[in-house]
Amino acid sequence: MDKLQLLLLLALALFAIGLLGVVIRRNLLVMLMCMELMLNAANLSLVTLARQTDTSAGAVLVFLVFVVAAAEIAIAIPIVLLLVRRRHTLDADAYADLKG
Amino acid sequence: MEALLQEFDTLLLYVFAGLSLAGAIAMLVLQHPMRVAMALVATMIWLGAIYGLVGVHFIAAFQILIYVSAVMVFIIYVIMLLDVRDMAYTRRYAGLLIPGAIAAVVFFGVLAATLWRTVEVPLTTTAAFGIGQFAVDFLQQYWLQFEVTSVLLVAAVVAAIAVVKAGGKDHG
Repeated sequence: MDKLQLLLLLALALFAIGLLGVVIRRNLLVMLMCMELMLNAANLSLVTLARQTDTSAGAVLVFLVFVVAAAEIAIAIPIVLLLVRRRHTLDADAYADLKG
Repeated sequence: MEALLQEFDTLLLYVFAGLSLAGAIAMLVLQHPMRVAMALVATMIWLGAIYGLVGVHFIAAFQILIYVSAVMVFIIYVIMLLDVRDMAYTRRYAGLLIPGAIAAVVFFGVLAATLWRTVEVPLTTTAAFGIGQFAVDFLQQYWLQFEVTSVLLVAAVVAAIAVVKAGGKDHG
């Protein structure tokens, strides 16, 4: 297994773990952190493939992902705080109102 | 000597990959959000080390600066702000534990099998990818994306203020 396959496999594993975390954990903040892990996994694959092709497009995309992550967290945290103020819990099951 | 250094690089890559994977698995298992946040910080730092190892040093620096020091500090503040006696801190998993785990394993397996069959060009270059080349490409070829980014950030700030204002109105 060479470096490229190792890094892409690592990115895959991190993404799968992040996805699993979003599905199975019940704390809203932990779910948010698992989403950050998924973004990190995407970044790792972008960097790896940018190194393989030796272009700067991948690095630019990683830069944009950084900005998107910062914007996402800047909006998600106030929303979490508002939800907690309304129901006094971080448990995702407390917000199952939309369930059919 | 050169070959020895190359071997050492590969060894370090395996070590960092294993450590970041261990941090990610710890995120699934640990109970308290603060510990999960610490595991995520560790994972991000090891990923930064990997970026440094494959030669994109400025992305390694940004990984530490933006992710570890800005985003994670924000999350840790919120964890400290909220109540620890909440039920969500004591009950770890939602009801979808087993189907979720099966789906994640299948997802990983399918993509890994595809990866195994398709990628054959090895990663040979480890020469540093300089920030000079990146800056020229970024501001000449991708300047529009750069400007759109600033619009996105302004929109995020306005949205955050709007969310806080709307929530404040409901509860006086």
